[in-house]
Amino acid sequence: MDFLRPASWEEALAAKAEHPAAVPIAGGTDVMVEINFDHRRPEYLMDLNRIRDLEEWEVGADSVRLGASVPYSRIMEHLRAELPGLALAAHTVASPQIRNRGGVGGNLGTASPAGDAHPALLAAGAEVEAESVRGSRRIPIDAFYTGVKRNALAPDELIRAVHIRKADGPQQFSKVGTRNAMVIAVCAFGLALHPETRTVRTGIGSAAPTPVRARAAEEFLDAALEEGGFWDSGKVITPSLAKRFADLCAAACNPIDDVRGTAGYRRHAVGVMARRTLTWTWESYRGARRTTEGAA
Amino acid sequence: MRIDFTVNGRRQEADDVWEGESLLYVLRERLGLPGSKNACEQGECGSCTVRLDGVPVCACLVAAGQVQGRDVVTVEGLADFARQRSRGTGARGTSLDEAQEWQAHGSDSRTGEGGGLSPVQQAFIDAGAVQCGFCTPGLLVAADEMLERNPDPDDADIREALSGNLCRCTGYEKIMDAVRLAAARRSEGV
Ligand SMILES: Cc1cc2nc3c(=O)[nH]c(=O)nc-3n(C[C@H](O)[C@H](O)[C@H](O)COP(=O)(O)OP(=O)(O)OC[C@H]3O[C@@H](n4cnc5c(N)ncnc54)[C@H](O)[C@@H]3O)c2cc1C
Ligand code: FES
Ligand code: FES
Repeated sequence: MDFLRPASWEEALAAKAEHPAAVPIAGGTDVMVEINFDHRRPEYLMDLNRIRDLEEWEVGADSVRLGASVPYSRIMEHLRAELPGLALAAHTVASPQIRNRGGVGGNLGTASPAGDAHPALLAAGAEVEAESVRGSRRIPIDAFYTGVKRNALAPDELIRAVHIRKADGPQQFSKVGTRNAMVIAVCAFGLALHPETRTVRTGIGSAAPTPVRARAAEEFLDAALEEGGFWDSGKVITPSLAKRFADLCAAACNPIDDVRGTAGYRRHAVGVMARRTLTWTWESYRGARRTTEGAA
Repeated sequence: MRIDFTVNGRRQEADDVWEGESLLYVLRERLGLPGSKNACEQGECGSCTVRLDGVPVCACLVAAGQVQGRDVVTVEGLADFARQRSRGTGARGTSLDEAQEWQAHGSDSRTGEGGGLSPVQQAFIDAGAVQCGFCTPGLLVAADEMLERNPDPDDADIREALSGNLCRCTGYEKIMDAVRLAAARRSEGV
C-alpha cells in the first residue's frame, strides 16, 4: 500500500488521475473500518486532511457551498439556520468522536442507502461539485446515487463541495433506530417545505437500494396544497391529506428485510415519519406566518 | 513509512509504519503507550478516544499517515495537559518514558494537585467510576474536553458528550457522578 499526501486540491486531482484506484480518506470513519477489518486493501490511500479548503464553507445568496470534508459537528454548530435538515441529520450520526471527523463528502463517497446526510440533501435540493483534471461538473443530487453503495463519480473524480439550497422554510429529519446515539438508521426521512416555490421535497433513507425522493407523494401534496389554498391561508393540513401523503411515501419505498428491520416495518415507519415531519414542518410554517402577519 | 508528530507535547517519530495502520496502533504498539484502549476498532466504543489537534476522535479510525505533523494528546498526558491549561504556562509535555511508566496514583488533594492526576481523573477515583477500567481512558479524554468547553454542564450535556463511550461495568451512574463532581470542584475553585 502507498500513502499519498497531496498538499493541495490540484495535487489531489493529479494523483487521482494518475492512480484512479486510489481511495481518498477524509474522516476515515468508513474507510478505516474497512481497512481494520481487512475488507479493503487499497493499493493507494490518499489523505485529504491536508487540503484545508475542503473543510471550509461559504454561505451564498441562495445556497451554501459546503466543502467535502466539513465535519458534521461544524454543520451542527454553524449551519443550523441555513441547513436545518442537514444539521438535524448530522446530529443523529453516531457520536461526538465520529461527528468530529466524518462529513458529507465521505457520506456521499460511501453512498450507503443508510447514510443520514442523503435524505436531508434530497429534501433541501443539492448539487455535488465533482472535479477531475478533465474539469469540473455539478451532479444533481437526484442523479448522484446510482445503486447500492454506488455513485455517479468517475474513477478520476473527487468531490470538492456540495451546493445545498438554503432553507426557505421549515425542514425536518427523522430516523428510526434502537437508541439515540451510535445507530445506523433502520430507516430515515427528510422533509423540506419550500414556500417560495410552493413545493414540498422529501428524502427517504434505508428503505430502497439508494436514497430516494417520494416523488408521487410530493406531486400529490404540491397539487393538494395549491388547490386548497393552504399556502395562503396557512390552515391546518387535514388528516386525510396527511394520510394520503404518508401512504404515497411508504409506497415509494422498496425495502429489504435485514437484521435491522423487516421490509414491512420499514414501509410502515416511513409512513409514520412522513406524516409526523409534515405536521411538524407545517405547524412551524403556520407559526411563522402568524408572527409575520402579527408584525405587519 | 515514517511518521513525525507531537504526542503529549513532545515530538515523537514512529518508523516502519504500515500505510494502512491506525493512529491507535502506532500509539500502542510503536510508541508503547497502551493507555488508549483497543476494543472494537470500528468507532463504536470510544475506548481509544484521543485528542487530535484538540478535537476528540477515535484513534482507531485515524490513519497513521494522517497525523503527520499534527498534535495528539492521550490519557497518559492528560494530567500534564490539565496542569498547563489551568496554569496557562509553558508547555513541558510528557516524555515517552514518563508516559510509559505513568500510573494512576490518587492523592489526598481533591484536585489531583501534587499527585499525578488531572482533576477529572481524581474525580473518577473519588466517585468510584472505575471498575475494570477498560473504558476509563477514553471517557477521561472525552469528559475532560467537554469540561474545557462547558465548565457547567447539565446532565443532558454530559450524556451527549459521553454518548460515544461505552462502559460494560458501571451502568454509567458513577461516571455521571464523577463528571458532575469534577465540574462542581472546578466551580468551587478547589
Ligand atoms: C461507529 C460508526 C457509526 C456511524 N454512524 C453513522 C450514522 O449514524 N449515520 C451515517 O450516515 N453514517 C454513519 N457512519 C458512517 C460514516 O461516519 C459516515 O458515512 C461519514 O459521513 C463518512 O465520512 P468520512 O469523512 O469519515 O469518510 P471516509 O471514511 O474518509 O470516506 C468514505 C468514502 O468516501 C470517499 N471519499 C471521502 N471524501 C471524498 C471526496 N472528497 N471525494 C470523493 N470521495 C471521497 C472515500 O474514498 C470512501 O470511499 C458511522 C461510522 C462509524 C464508524
Ligand atoms: S477501539 Fe476505537 S472506538 Fe472502539
Ligand atoms: S469500567 Fe469496565 S467497561 Fe467501564
